Amino acid sequence: MTRAALLLILLGACSDDPCEGVEGTCIALSAGASTEQVQTALIQVPPGGTIAFGAGEFPFEVDLSLDVDGVTIRGAGQNETILSFARQATGAQGMLVTANNFTIHDLAFENTRGDALKILGADGVTIRHVRVEWLEGPRPTNGAYGLYPVQCAHVLIEDSVVEGASDAGIYVGQSTDIIVRNNRASRNVAGIEIENSSRADVHGNTATQNTGGILVFNLPDLQVANGAGTRVFDNQIFENNTENFAPAGNIVGKVPTGTGIALLAAHDVEIFGNTIRDHLSANLGIISYTPIGAFSDMSYDQYPTTIHAHDNTFSGTSDRATGPLGALLISAIGELSPNGPFIVPDITWDGVVNPADVGVAGKRICIHDNGDADFMNLAWPLNDAMKPARDLAPHACNHPALPPVDL
Amino acid sequence: MTRRLLLLAALAACGGGGGDADCALPGDGPGVDPDGELCERLSSYRLFEDLAAQRPAEGLIPYDVATPLFSDYTTKLRFVWLPPGTTMTWHDTDAFALPVGAVVVKTFGYLHDRRDPSLGLRLLETRLLVRGTDSWRGVSYVYDEDGADARRAIAGAFVDASWIHDDGAERTNHYAVPNQNQCKNCHAAHDDTLDVLGPKARLLNRPGPEGSGVANQLQTLIDRGALAGAPPPASWPRGVAVMDPASGTLEERARAWLDVSCGHCHNARGGAARTSGLYLDLAQTDLHELGLCKAPVAAGRGSGGRRFGIVPGQPDASILVFRIESTEADVKMPELGRNLVDAEGVALIRQWIAQLPGSCP
Repeated sequence: MTRAALLLILLGACSDDPCEGVEGTCIALSAGASTEQVQTALIQVPPGGTIAFGAGEFPFEVDLSLDVDGVTIRGAGQNETILSFARQATGAQGMLVTANNFTIHDLAFENTRGDALKILGADGVTIRHVRVEWLEGPRPTNGAYGLYPVQCAHVLIEDSVVEGASDAGIYVGQSTDIIVRNNRASRNVAGIEIENSSRADVHGNTATQNTGGILVFNLPDLQVANGAGTRVFDNQIFENNTENFAPAGNIVGKVPTGTGIALLAAHDVEIFGNTIRDHLSANLGIISYTPIGAFSDMSYDQYPTTIHAHDNTFSGTSDRATGPLGALLISAIGELSPNGPFIVPDITWDGVVNPADVGVAGKRICIHDNGDADFMNLAWPLNDAMKPARDLAPHACNHPALPPVDL
Repeated sequence: MTRRLLLLAALAACGGGGGDADCALPGDGPGVDPDGELCERLSSYRLFEDLAAQRPAEGLIPYDVATPLFSDYTTKLRFVWLPPGTTMTWHDTDAFALPVGAVVVKTFGYLHDRRDPSLGLRLLETRLLVRGTDSWRGVSYVYDEDGADARRAIAGAFVDASWIHDDGAERTNHYAVPNQNQCKNCHAAHDDTLDVLGPKARLLNRPGPEGSGVANQLQTLIDRGALAGAPPPASWPRGVAVMDPASGTLEERARAWLDVSCGHCHNARGGAARTSGLYLDLAQTDLHELGLCKAPVAAGRGSGGRRFGIVPGQPDASILVFRIESTEADVKMPELGRNLVDAEGVALIRQWIAQLPGSCP
């Protein structure tokens, strides 16, 4: 072995400089760095600079914040660098980012009091190999959101893990041009949620042991409304049967325990190539906001439109459904099969259509080539004029494939 | 030495003191450089003739506001500096426009005994908002133990303090000094940039601080040439003092409290309304957007298991009341700037909600 090679090995083995190999300005924060040192670094880092945490646990009693553009925050690995908020006393999140072109990778947020990583109003967000976890498992006292970009553009979340969020593990809200891929979300109320957002690709993820696996929602009364254009494909979505533990009063608290994919007032959604199995209430649920409640937002479109679910694999059977929405399903099944057997369908739709959209081909809910997946139109509000139906024939239609998201 | 090491060295040197003279503009009076380096020590700016006594230098104008934001029962002393020959410019509803070089100064302290202000004030911090050529900058200085000078706290700080409360009981607080980023959390009423909150017509339309001899602050500012563009006094917005029933109806006082406590974030251009869709500033006229029978969006545990922001007639069913009564980090509102409950403000909001007519579906 040459002397040069030896030196390189020594450097590699002995270096504990978290900034090693980083180009440009880099501020190193090794285990033992004080909260003041960390927050000062987050304030004084120049645009485009890097903050590198070493391996180890960094405990915080306050939340952290970053307001400098182009910054990269990195750690030594999602199990090696741990930002621990177990003793957090102030701050509604672990870290708040209000800067553009933000990148974070290879570290963990544990036990934040509220949300873990909130990114507000940023253009350019990359989250990679980040772990967010509430260590005591699903509890209503856990923080609401894990990875939480809101009102952002050009968002990439990949190879990350979120466990225990009392609302959504990975939540992208009021944002545009989004890729959420190859993540694992488990034991949250919602595993992955795309809300009031446009142009999102959600693929290659594993969502299991949540209350609901993957949600695509549009809600009223928000500044950015009527999101459209989400592709949910090639995901593994199974056994999301964790009892809904959202604090009461939250919209996600209405997600029936045991939901694979839920679409709420969503528009232009293409669902394909997913494996969706073993859910108590629904492998796929499609509903309008109409059974949820009243709203005053006149610009809000409460009906799901242009939905295209095809070439997915559904499996598993269930003999019960949960929550108020599950109760609708139960009464519809009872109406159709008063003497049983009681079998929960794979795909449930509430049957509510905007009167203005009746007969508009481009807005239909199209469902085809999903193996032997069975179906139920709940015909909400289930009165004399509205009868539930299991017939999929009215949904034998196609929509053009949605284009991939290009960041 | 690499830049990184330099930074760490600078961190270690924080609080070292000394060598701070060049940061201020030359001269005898206040000398905050609007675009230059910020000083490490508050005394370097020469804003006060006697810093420990908070006696302002000549030209630093003390003022008071009709309804202050609750800040954990601290007493707040407010001052504004305008470069010679410049003025503030009137606005009917928003904060007055301040000229480049203006400095807004706010000192926080605890009265040793709230029943007897003459016993003095323990100084905690002084915050500066400095109007630079392009934007505002915020910075806080935390007082030394003896209150003689204060040091810059970029990353914030905690100060343990105690005082005798209105009822004669001793109270304590783990008082939080905000970090530099957190200035933006409240002072971002206008999009994404910092702005002042206090110098508004409706907040300044009142007598000056005790002992100032000022009968009306707006008139005095006009008289000394510090405020331009003011309409005739008859059209000035009234200053509602929330704790003074004589100054407004219950509705007016409750809305004034919400405006000052919440409206800086919960407004059409503020940060909080971006995720909640809840608008609590005075400009809001839609009761649903003010929270009436409005379901929460991203409240998490902050909902307290309650269904709507405000349930008319039922303060105990209203999320708003749950959050202003909480002291937990992820529940309490406002999020920042308080550890304690504003008992008097909560009582006012409860009283207001209790008499609202109607019900939620």
